[in-house]
Amino acid sequence: MRTIAVVKRIFQQMLRDKRTLGLMFVAPLFILTLFHFLFTDNTTENPKLGVAHVDAAIVKQLKKKEIDVIEYERAGDVKKTIVDDQLDGFMQMKGDDIRLTFENSDPSKAKALQIKIQQTIAAEAAEKQAAMMKKVLHGIQQQLHAPVKMEQMQPPTVHTSYVYGDKDTSFFDTLSPILVGYFVFFFVFLIAGIALLRERTTGTLDRLMATPIRRSEIVFGYLLGYGTFAVIQTLIVVFFAVKVLDITLEGSLWHVILINLLLALVALSLGILLSAFANSEFQMMQFIPIVIIPQIFFAGILPVEEMASWLQAVAKVMPMYYGGDALKSVMYKGMGLGDIRTDLLALFGFAIIFVTLNVFALKKYRKL
Amino acid sequence: MSFTIVAEQVSKSFGKKEVLSNIDLAVKKGEIYGLIGPSGSGKTTLVRILVGMDSDFAGKVNVLDVAMPSMDVLSKIGYMAQSDALYPELTGEENLQFFASLYKLKKEERQQRIAYAAELVQLTPHLSKKVMAYSGGMKRRLSLAIALIHNPQILVLDEPTVGIDPELRLSIWNELSELKKQGKTLVVTTHVMDEAEKCDRLAMVREGKIITSGSPLELKQQYEAKDLEGVFVKAGGKRV
Ligand SMILES: Nc1ncnc2c1ncn2[C@@H]1O[C@H](COP(=O)(O)OP(=O)(O)O)[C@@H](O)[C@H]1O
Ligand SMILES: [Mg+2]
Repeated sequence: MRTIAVVKRIFQQMLRDKRTLGLMFVAPLFILTLFHFLFTDNTTENPKLGVAHVDAAIVKQLKKKEIDVIEYERAGDVKKTIVDDQLDGFMQMKGDDIRLTFENSDPSKAKALQIKIQQTIAAEAAEKQAAMMKKVLHGIQQQLHAPVKMEQMQPPTVHTSYVYGDKDTSFFDTLSPILVGYFVFFFVFLIAGIALLRERTTGTLDRLMATPIRRSEIVFGYLLGYGTFAVIQTLIVVFFAVKVLDITLEGSLWHVILINLLLALVALSLGILLSAFANSEFQMMQFIPIVIIPQIFFAGILPVEEMASWLQAVAKVMPMYYGGDALKSVMYKGMGLGDIRTDLLALFGFAIIFVTLNVFALKKYRKL
Repeated sequence: MSFTIVAEQVSKSFGKKEVLSNIDLAVKKGEIYGLIGPSGSGKTTLVRILVGMDSDFAGKVNVLDVAMPSMDVLSKIGYMAQSDALYPELTGEENLQFFASLYKLKKEERQQRIAYAAELVQLTPHLSKKVMAYSGGMKRRLSLAIALIHNPQILVLDEPTVGIDPELRLSIWNELSELKKQGKTLVVTTHVMDEAEKCDRLAMVREGKIITSGSPLELKQQYEAKDLEGVFVKAGGKRV
């Protein structure tokens, strides 16, 4: 009964606080949309490559590879030319030697350009080799006055298929499941944590200890009260991501919701637990770089299996590691409940631990 | 003689600093017991222990013959904290409703009690305003109304009249006397000597010790002082 009273009061407070409601329900949608456009609508410009004394054949091949080739009479001061003419790279040939200079302010762009150039050069060299072979063969034929049979070399055809996703899969498709879970985690953590913190700093939590409410009734009141808002937030974020942003969803929508609800429960209980160790809203914010940000590194955006073993151990105590894995499995890989059972159990375990610790943390107020 | 609240050899320290030392006191049923002392003397710390909000102390406290803290007894105590602990984004009425719903009250009785308590502190016309729009005095009065909401047998009020204008202060004291006549037990802390006159018995507190106690009249005779302030000085306290 007293739990219900706490829940009712939380509803009244939240519904009056339009900004917090906005933060909870609109902010995740805003950021998710932003991410969506950042990662999917990138109209990549062709890289610009300056060339001097380069084979006409190679230049022709380079142009075919979606490189804007600008030809120069002389190389001159290459580095200066790159900067002045806003090139991404410069290529010179001296005999058989090739000299490449890259602008390299964006290493990934430089690498991509380098790969393209190397492919072109290799292809050119192979073609030359083939032409040479033909010539040699022709010479032999003429001396023998008889045709030499030689099997026509056909380059092998490569057929590509994918276990997960398809050739149009973008980084955002693998990132978005994790982002959906992360936003739910982040906003629920912050709002519930600050709410209980306010209850501490204004003295109302202390005042409650003079009433016959039990510590567990307060904790469950908070879980239920803010839990309800977390459920609504989860539903909004998931539906928006799937129906409006059209994020890949291979598995069941209900499984996605289930995972996010568990994540919200963990965030909620962790938030109110950590609020016990903060004396002000500002100190609560200080938990963000310590507790919230590191979670994103272990959520599956960076491959955890390739991390140093001690980092992998760290990942195992991060709720987002399990949440991210479960979400990616369901949304991107289309797996079912059986495949993510361990993840769900781990999240549930975190929630139980945090809730129990919460009841204990209130002991500093009253022993009952 | 039935005592409602009995404290024996209560001591309390914050870290190394001893804030209360060997406090003995006994509050009778149906009396107003005053705790008088300057700010920082330990009154708030003592009443928090009496109502069971703080269980980290040495000594023994029994309320209604039950060792504190006890959930059962907590529902029979009405407590008004020195600093108002209210939910500012809620209205006065919603604050009263919330605290009322923490006690076992029938819906009808709850509405009755809310109306009574609000009337008593003259907040009825302001009940639908948000508490953040209340003045300091109004918040004080709302805190008092909350303490009374469940019709408790015991009332513990920590500086109830600070920031309340003299006229309302008088009417609140009259109501406290009325509650006493109904058989309720009241513990009131104050640092205002003239309020101490209204108590049946009082204890003077200084630096965590009770320096003297008795009825106002007894004390004045015992120390041959014309007022309680004189008693306080002669009993070993500094002028407050
Ligand atoms: N939570 C606390 N931590 C440390 N010291 C405290 C705490 N609460 C009160 N004190 C100290 O205990 C003493 C008594 O305080 P208090 O009981 O509030 O006095 P009063 O109510 O008579 O003004 C003061 O010196 C105060 O600084
Ligand atoms: Mg005080």
